[in-house]
Amino acid sequence: MEEDDFNPEVVKRFMFVNRKAPYGTVYALESLETVLISAAFDQDVSVVFADDGVFQLKKGQDTPGINMKNFSPTFRALDGYDVEKLYVEKESLEARGLTEDDLLVDVEVLSSKELSKIMAAQDVVISN
Amino acid sequence: MLHTVNKSPLERNTLESCLRLAAKGSAILLIEDGVYGALAAGQAAKEIGKRKADLKFYALGPDLAARGLSESPLVDGIEIVDYEGFVDLAAEYEAHQAWL
Repeated sequence: MEEDDFNPEVVKRFMFVNRKAPYGTVYALESLETVLISAAFDQDVSVVFADDGVFQLKKGQDTPGINMKNFSPTFRALDGYDVEKLYVEKESLEARGLTEDDLLVDVEVLSSKELSKIMAAQDVVISN
Repeated sequence: MLHTVNKSPLERNTLESCLRLAAKGSAILLIEDGVYGALAAGQAAKEIGKRKADLKFYALGPDLAARGLSESPLVDGIEIVDYEGFVDLAAEYEAHQAWL
């Protein structure tokens, strides 16, 4: 890539799609780290939680018993990095018997149809 | 036989296959992401219920806690065990089958 290919004036729409439960695999943590890195580039970032990804936001995670770091509080810090668009798919929540009250951070709950539209409008989608 | 299931029932069909093939008198221990299968509100609850009479069901407590599920209602009859309980189950049953 030529050095002048990166134009900081161009803001692209980046969407991160989280579809995996936390802890069982490393995908959820890796995705969160990627979101934090992307925030440093002043892009238009949104983060989606669908399928088992909604479990990443479940309140009350308590991980010392499995010797892993509880990374869920970091979702509450995303706001401080100007990552404010957190979307949760309503259908995924319902399939798991969860409601918005079970989540540890303020999110926008969207139907599949609404989410589909926002997804289609992105420049870059990174799925985990 | 002690069966362990470590995948979420909404992502893989591991628990479904285990429930179909586990012989009467076996135990099923849900571990790691497998503990999502223990949720009373989950879609696996019905299938677990159907086999409650001839299988014993357990879920690993530390894995439930890590996922914020300590207070969540589980399917009736699922017993929560800790790591020592896991060892006891491994010793109690002759063989172990890990559904991956």
